[in-house]
Amino acid sequence: MTSLIAGTARRPLRSIAQMVTQPLVPRDFIDLIDPLGSSRDLRGRIDAVTAETADAATIRIRVGRGWRGHQAGQYVRIGVDVAGVRQWRTYSITSRANAKAGRFITITVKTVPDGVVSNYLVRRAKAGTLVHLDQACGDFTLPATRPAKVLFLTAGSGITPVMGMLRSHADELADVVVVHSAPTADDVVFGTELRALADTGSVRLVEHHTAKSPRITAADLDVLVPDWADRQTWACGPAALLDDVEAHWARHDLADRLHTERFTAPAVGGGDGGPISFTRTGSTIETEPGATLLEAGENAGVLMPSGCRMGVCFGCVIPLRNGAVRDVRNGDVTIGAPDAGVLVQTCISTVAGSCEIDI
Amino acid sequence: MTAIQNKPTSPIAHLTDEDVENLGRELDAIRQRVLDTRGEDDARYIRTVIKAQRGLEAGSRAVLLFSLFPPAWWLGTAGLSAAKILENMEIGHNVMHGQWDWMRDPKIHSTTWEWDNASTAEQWKHSHNEDHHTYTNVLGKDGDLGYGIMRVDEDQRWTPFHLGQPLWNAINAMMFQYGIAAYDLKLGKNLKTAERRANPEFRARVKSTLRKIGKQSLRDYVVHPLLSGPSAVTTFTANLTANVVRNVWTHSVIMCGHFPEGVQTFTKASIDGETRGEWYLRQMLGSANISGSRLMHLMSGNLSYQIEHHLFPDLPSNRYGEIAPQVKDLFDRYGLTYTTGPLVKQVASAWRKVIRLSLPNDFERRLLGGRAPVSQRKVDVRAA
Repeated sequence: MTSLIAGTARRPLRSIAQMVTQPLVPRDFIDLIDPLGSSRDLRGRIDAVTAETADAATIRIRVGRGWRGHQAGQYVRIGVDVAGVRQWRTYSITSRANAKAGRFITITVKTVPDGVVSNYLVRRAKAGTLVHLDQACGDFTLPATRPAKVLFLTAGSGITPVMGMLRSHADELADVVVVHSAPTADDVVFGTELRALADTGSVRLVEHHTAKSPRITAADLDVLVPDWADRQTWACGPAALLDDVEAHWARHDLADRLHTERFTAPAVGGGDGGPISFTRTGSTIETEPGATLLEAGENAGVLMPSGCRMGVCFGCVIPLRNGAVRDVRNGDVTIGAPDAGVLVQTCISTVAGSCEIDI
Repeated sequence: MTAIQNKPTSPIAHLTDEDVENLGRELDAIRQRVLDTRGEDDARYIRTVIKAQRGLEAGSRAVLLFSLFPPAWWLGTAGLSAAKILENMEIGHNVMHGQWDWMRDPKIHSTTWEWDNASTAEQWKHSHNEDHHTYTNVLGKDGDLGYGIMRVDEDQRWTPFHLGQPLWNAINAMMFQYGIAAYDLKLGKNLKTAERRANPEFRARVKSTLRKIGKQSLRDYVVHPLLSGPSAVTTFTANLTANVVRNVWTHSVIMCGHFPEGVQTFTKASIDGETRGEWYLRQMLGSANISGSRLMHLMSGNLSYQIEHHLFPDLPSNRYGEIAPQVKDLFDRYGLTYTTGPLVKQVASAWRKVIRLSLPNDFERRLLGGRAPVSQRKVDVRAA
């Protein structure tokens, strides 16, 4: 009570509003009318979905009041409800970066086979849909002092962060080479825009089509971009390409000139059992097939919350930060993500491959 | 009622162990069918209910700013009562059961939800989800059987204290939210000895409950009345009325869940080594439904489908009505009694029991002069 009175003296209006809406907060009521107005829970509303290629689309999002802007090349974590379930993924922002936070951003999404969110965004998302956002982040960005010579080495949807940089800063970069791979000319996301940049001389574009010729490897660069070693390079694409590029740059002792961005999907182990990490406790143990997270934690001496131990009471739920778990009752797999609020009932979940839980 | 194990003829004597396990498998299949189709429509349902509830609450409280004007008092009080009922029943109870956790929406999640009730979410979840739902209708284990202040089963020992239980029940109905809070704190047990009273963990829980009651009272009985200016007194009475209406309604609905005649209870020993099928069977026999309209189901938080809720406490409440015919069919096929009836009948049945059991078991017999006792012979259900 005393803290209540002290709070009232400091911020009378807010405190009274809080007393009025208890146990909710005033924002819970304002959200009914103005969900984008919240600065604590950053949200956005899909404004338009435009097809880029047969399997890619650009999603324009009106961002809520708390949006603090982004730097070209950064990504945003976005939460969408697919089949009623909140799913969080990260996508590179492809719209121009402004000094001042704009009211819209775009992300460009390419479908991946069985991709729950990418397929939803490309095929089903409609204007007007509310989405949940985090602030932009990532260090796949250009330095404030723009490098004299730049190489962008991309494949597939790896072009998306680079497109953000080109749209924002192409005119500040004197010498840019873009080496981009896609199966065919039609599959090149932003193909028209890239070719236009090449036509005006803003960039030199090396477009490579993997349906007709073998994939580009780092070794090919000696021919394609003879001065590649003199350039600051930003590479983004499939893991195989990036592994190859990183090894190549390291061999030439040029790792400090290479910046890479990976889009990794969580791997689901096929079997039952595997290592489990308790992130706060700081321990990792191996679990037997069939052993629940709760049993594993308890055996490892972790202070696990627990209740009915049969999947009824939800007294044992813990956030799943990484990896995957399997529901012993029906074999359903749940995939974790850091700070995504993926809560699992430890008493009826087993490790599927490996996992990290937040306790 | 009498513990099922102590009945002269057991209602489950005809079931073999295999029957019980088959029953369990059929119920698992019903559950799985709901999980497989759970999705966008369900998510839309709960968000719509939450939105409507908040709109109704805000609107009703706004109307009550002018409660000096009698039509405003009536309209606002009715709206606020309905809003509070929805908030506790269809939303709070079900969200805190984890029925909507699958949506992974931190705003509608069992671990983050707080409700407009004297009992804190934390304590209620413990006593309700863990104790009551795990040990449903097990004598000596499930405190919901009479909440520790009443005798609702022949197998509970009679003491002269129970003579007053019709009155205790009426008072509990009016003050139900405080009754729940006291019950969740296990006040009866914890206040008994000085040692328990001094337990810092218990004291902390009492403190958090009192803090919550303080905030709620401040809202309903001080801040809103003051904001109503000249309507202060009438807003105070409106809020008090809405709280009492909500208390009596929820108390009545909840009484119908486990107290009406026909509902079975179980002895402590009978749940040792209980299989999943046997657990299901206990839930089926230990609960009773309320029949009625869709509005009735909504306002009861779908606890009118108490049987379905007890079988699958974590399925979204909007689906109980859909699976009820399948569950009823199982009862029929396995020769079990699906206890249900209209609200008035079930409330009356529960009240009759509260009144009847305020007296010792054999009182009626002695009064009527030597008629057969209700139950004496012991039957081992395991052997049946």
